[in-house]
Amino acid sequence: MAETMLAADGTPLKRSLARALRRQKLRALALIAPLLIFVLITFIVPIASMLFRSVENDIVANTLPYTVEALADWDATGTDLPPEPVFEAMFYDMFLAAEAKRHTRLGTRLNYEQTGISSLFRQSGRRMDDIADISYEPLEDLDKSWDDGETWYALFNARGDIDSDLLDAQRKRIAALTDGDTSADINFAPDAQLSALLPLAAREYTAWAVYVATQNNRDPADRDPWESVAPALVTDLQTADLSRYSGPMADMLRAAQQAALPAPDYAAAFADMDDDWARPQPWQTIQTHSSAYTSGYFLNAVDAQKTPEGVAWQPEEKQILLTLFGRTIWMSLLITFSCIALGYPIAWLLANLPMRQANLLLILVLLPFWTSLLVRTSAWKVMLQQQGVINDVLVWIGFVADDGRLIMINNQFGTIVAMTHILLPFMILPMYSVMQTIPPSYLRAAKSLGATNWTAFWRVYFPQSVPGIGAGSILVFILAIGYYITPEIVGGTKGVFISNRIAYHISSSLNWGLAAALGTILLAAVLVLYWAYDKIVGIDNVKLG
Amino acid sequence: MANTATDQAFVEFERVQKSYDGETLVVKDLNLSMPKGEFLTMLGPSGSGKTTCLMMLAGFETATHGEIKLDGQPINNIPPHKRGIGMVFQNYALFPHMTVAENLSFPLEVRKIGKSEREEKIMRALGMVQMQDFGGRRPAQLSGGQQQRIALARALVFEPELVLMDEPLGALDKQLRETLQFEITRLAHNLGITTVYVTHDQTEALTMSDRVAVFDDGRIQQLAPPDQLYEEPENSFVAQFIGENNTLMGTISKITGDQCEVTLDDGEIIDAKPVNVSEVGQRTRVSIRPERVEMNKERLSPDAHTLKAEVLEFIYMGDIFRTRLRVAGNDDFVIKTRNAPDQVRLTPGTQIDIGWLPQDCRALDA
Repeated sequence: MAETMLAADGTPLKRSLARALRRQKLRALALIAPLLIFVLITFIVPIASMLFRSVENDIVANTLPYTVEALADWDATGTDLPPEPVFEAMFYDMFLAAEAKRHTRLGTRLNYEQTGISSLFRQSGRRMDDIADISYEPLEDLDKSWDDGETWYALFNARGDIDSDLLDAQRKRIAALTDGDTSADINFAPDAQLSALLPLAAREYTAWAVYVATQNNRDPADRDPWESVAPALVTDLQTADLSRYSGPMADMLRAAQQAALPAPDYAAAFADMDDDWARPQPWQTIQTHSSAYTSGYFLNAVDAQKTPEGVAWQPEEKQILLTLFGRTIWMSLLITFSCIALGYPIAWLLANLPMRQANLLLILVLLPFWTSLLVRTSAWKVMLQQQGVINDVLVWIGFVADDGRLIMINNQFGTIVAMTHILLPFMILPMYSVMQTIPPSYLRAAKSLGATNWTAFWRVYFPQSVPGIGAGSILVFILAIGYYITPEIVGGTKGVFISNRIAYHISSSLNWGLAAALGTILLAAVLVLYWAYDKIVGIDNVKLG
Repeated sequence: MANTATDQAFVEFERVQKSYDGETLVVKDLNLSMPKGEFLTMLGPSGSGKTTCLMMLAGFETATHGEIKLDGQPINNIPPHKRGIGMVFQNYALFPHMTVAENLSFPLEVRKIGKSEREEKIMRALGMVQMQDFGGRRPAQLSGGQQQRIALARALVFEPELVLMDEPLGALDKQLRETLQFEITRLAHNLGITTVYVTHDQTEALTMSDRVAVFDDGRIQQLAPPDQLYEEPENSFVAQFIGENNTLMGTISKITGDQCEVTLDDGEIIDAKPVNVSEVGQRTRVSIRPERVEMNKERLSPDAHTLKAEVLEFIYMGDIFRTRLRVAGNDDFVIKTRNAPDQVRLTPGTQIDIGWLPQDCRALDA
């Protein structure tokens, strides 16, 4: 029948059923809600935001907005330096960043891409005032009033129309730079006429006003602006047409224009500050990494890098991560296989012993779980080191000479031994739970049909235990691939995993972007393996208990 | 009958004992000899040692003492896979990761039989159990009865001379069980296979077997063809275990040849046939089958003793009537009468006289 089934009251049966089940579903949801919320807040959201850092790169554009804009058209593949406007933009960006103490952060970020750029930024930040003084001191000498904050305030504060575009733009600029809130009232608004007449000076003064008002809680009306307004004003006056201007300080402005005060030669000033600024490399680095989202961290994670010419391999001596990934996967596979080899007989014994003995054995299997991971790993250190228990015994029975003690720790061997031991229960338990469900009568049946012990095992028992091996292997492999403490303690330099590198970037080099990229790759690798396993073996065949 | 096939025993247990813990014997002094082609059932309550015997024969348990012989050869030290014994398990034990055809192919492959011959044998075996069309299925896709047929086919496909069956029909419903009982016996007889069948279901044992070995407490209590087992139980365990049975306790008061008189505990005297009692004054348990109790005095000999009985309950069961009586202080005395047109339906409270032919009433050990 094609007609829809109806319940007794005439509603469609499906809707009736859904309504009846809704209460159950709501109750089930309510039961898992606390855990779901807990996991969401404390686990999934932080991890997602952490992983997001692997592509996040707005620090360059946030710190050097005008420089990035000016650099956009520059051809970074040549040997030419960028044009003067880039240096000019860089001066004002850098000046503000130095005042906000943000330039070192950017230096650190760019140092991941070009070694040495961090100190270049740090030192240059300190010397921005020297460049500003090129114009500031002559201006001050010309008229003492320029030294007074009230003069500047009176000049730029709005009398008629407000240039609200400029104000909004500067609020955004400061907000992006400081990660702070810049929406507060600042008791200042740029005058539209002045900002048209003196755009650079109006921009820098507004930026300063927003900064002191929102970040330092000062009233811009009675503070002196930063020196950077002076070169901005002088630069503006070189081209400004003051003939029709009649607002405040008109005379002072005309006087300053006629005095033809020196504006900084920005490029020369930067070159004077540090030779590096006279080379294209720092500019190339800034331009290459100026986009808000970058694939740079991921490229770094696989030993590649972004260059002006495109993607290229890292220099030979910096290539380490692909090797580490390869080693992590290879050693995790080795550990998984040794767990299978060691765990299978135990699981078989557990599943076939009488209850009492099986329980005792199970306790022995689980015993390691009762001691701390750190203790177990340290115990292996005691066992494996050159003056350790195993070597002592081997020397004592004459198996190795006293001067030929085996090196079993701080290398891959140590990591594999210790991790196999630590992860073994995760292999045994799923195998045990699967083997428990295989009745002994299968083996008997096979033998009664004429199979030898080995054939009976291999053709009848083993295929049925494969789901257990699969479950154990997935568990052990996924745990192993992300293991950190054990390789850290017993791995030395040859036996460390990719996670140790992640930890290094999180806590020592503070290159969180790279750490996040490495973590994302690790996560993706596990998901791909999981997917492949599902395709080949079928995840439905996995039994964990 | 099977015993006529050959005089030489095909399967032999000689003084076999089995202990698991070294303290108690599960099988005590088992002696059994089976001719070729016989269908023998081991029947007994759980823990009576019947399955242990089967497992010793299959080679999965070793005898603690004694010898098991197959076709004259001692097999105590031969591993199970070399004994060439087909076996059907209680839970079928079909390999779940193989198809039906692969399951059947398994015993042939391990015997290194060529592909074409294998296929031929598989088809023949499937044909025997009417499952030709199921070769490509997995065991999980079959019903319980179908799985049992396949298990049977697998045990037969390599043409063993001896097949062991360990409660193979235990998990099936009644109707299916009866169909398969018939099929198994038919196959076993047609192929001339010697079969040892273990069950705790007495109906199954009686309907299928050439001979039944009743096990209790690690011993064979009686080994006899089904009719003899039912009608002439040799001790009170067998009498109780096989079929329904009325018992009365008493003391032997007179023995003359194959007839004796028993004084029941309430003083009444009845006639009986002495089976394993020998002297006057011995305690005895008298056993009478419900269908051998007679209410019609005219069918008894004139001097037969009768007992007074009170009807307690009348149960209509279709083909028969089942009437529960109080006889000589026993409230569970049951008689069965055929649902014939002239048969009276007794109402509870009625007083009647009952009796029996002396040979139907067996005086056994107490």
